[in-house]
Amino acid sequence: MNRVVITGMGIVSPLGNSADEMRDSLSKGASGIGPIQSVPHDGLIIKIGAEVKNYDPAAHFTDKQLGLMDRCAQLAVMASRQAVAQSGLNFRDGSGAKTATIIGAGVGGMQTLDESFHRIYAEGARRAHPLTVPKLMISAPMSHITMEHGITGPSFTVASACASSNHAIGVAYQMVRSGMVEAAVTGGTEAVFCFGSFKAWEALRVMAPDTCRPFSKGRAGMVLAEGAGIFVLENYDRAKARGAEILGEIIGFGMSSDAADIVLPSVSGAAAAIQACLDDAGLNPEDVDYINAHGTGTYANDATETKAIHAVFGETAKKIPVSSTKSMHGHGLGGAGAIELAATLVAMQGSFIPPTANYVEPDPACDLDYVPNIARQGAIKVAISNSFAFGGHNAVLAIKR
Amino acid sequence: MIDERDIFEIVAKQAKVEPSALTADVLLSDLELQSIDVVELVFAIEEKFDIQVPYSPSDQDSAGISFKSVGEIIEAVNKLVAEQHPAA
Repeated sequence: MNRVVITGMGIVSPLGNSADEMRDSLSKGASGIGPIQSVPHDGLIIKIGAEVKNYDPAAHFTDKQLGLMDRCAQLAVMASRQAVAQSGLNFRDGSGAKTATIIGAGVGGMQTLDESFHRIYAEGARRAHPLTVPKLMISAPMSHITMEHGITGPSFTVASACASSNHAIGVAYQMVRSGMVEAAVTGGTEAVFCFGSFKAWEALRVMAPDTCRPFSKGRAGMVLAEGAGIFVLENYDRAKARGAEILGEIIGFGMSSDAADIVLPSVSGAAAAIQACLDDAGLNPEDVDYINAHGTGTYANDATETKAIHAVFGETAKKIPVSSTKSMHGHGLGGAGAIELAATLVAMQGSFIPPTANYVEPDPACDLDYVPNIARQGAIKVAISNSFAFGGHNAVLAIKR
Repeated sequence: MIDERDIFEIVAKQAKVEPSALTADVLLSDLELQSIDVVELVFAIEEKFDIQVPYSPSDQDSAGISFKSVGEIIEAVNKLVAEQHPAA
């Protein structure tokens, strides 16, 4: 089996539009959460979100491209440009056929769908725009990445709600590890900021009205986010032979299904995925220096995830720093796992442990070390990153510096 | 004041029981309603009475709203209708 390393990383997120900006924000515990700019507040109960800022589509794409790309595809392509540039790879030299493109997304082109249906139902339009379908399909961000870079190997989109990114990255990791491909462009994207999807999320009553306080007493729910994280994974021997800069190594991937409830998380399902990841990576509990938690800030997730970490790590659990960076970049849904892998990687590079921001006081149901509010100096050698989705689909990645 | 029978009907429909099986003392937990079922129940009440219910599954007593029993729901809905539709 091949070792799999990360040789490129791209990030477009509420904490900045590059790895450097994200590292800076995370180390300061800065927040990307604020009043929503892109959706009118009239008629909204929840008026906060974590949006990508300082992004002008026209500065990065032609009119023709924008006519074909929902925001979720734009963010994914932006992030892929950073990742591919950093890797130094050129997929048009023949290597594209041995490269996979595996991208996670939860819902796809929501803004396109919202606009199109509003025009038809509310404004009485008699026809939809002819490019509505290729814009809204959930696989379009992945398609645009292949075309942007000329990647002609295996390509598909993974949808498992909020675990989509981790599943995508995990599958890409397995493809490179097995030798099926030499490299993979992988990650995830989401951009759901439109009136219709906000009303749908509000109705679930899992959204916090003020901010995201994972694991804290007084937490009131999650905060919606948009963004994309894209990585270049590469066979270690090949990366080393060509002298590529190695940002980190993926060393394990674990999955499980709760097979229980469409919204409520399960301790045993989450624990099974974490354990499967440790087993896959050959890690013992004491080998893990940091856990990037799923940590949505909902009452149910945070207590359940805490129990799952106890179940797997036993006596070691309380010694491992666990933080939810969603407290700063919000919940990126299908893009969340990729944004969080990026957060974990930049923290590794910066030798700090990112905090759980907005933490007020301990909740008896959440009794681990959540690195409250202030980043902590310290090298991370091995980390895991959890994603647990609606539907009970759990996916956990292990990475090493 | 709202017609209490409307609340009994909405709760009974969500819990898949007959309205006659319910009394004001019946707890939603006794009806085996999960949190998502209660979210649906609150939605049905909001639609029926044209009100906004400040209900959060993570904090059941937020904003002085408690939805633990049928009687508490009736009390809360009466209060919210009076606040949100003062002319009615």
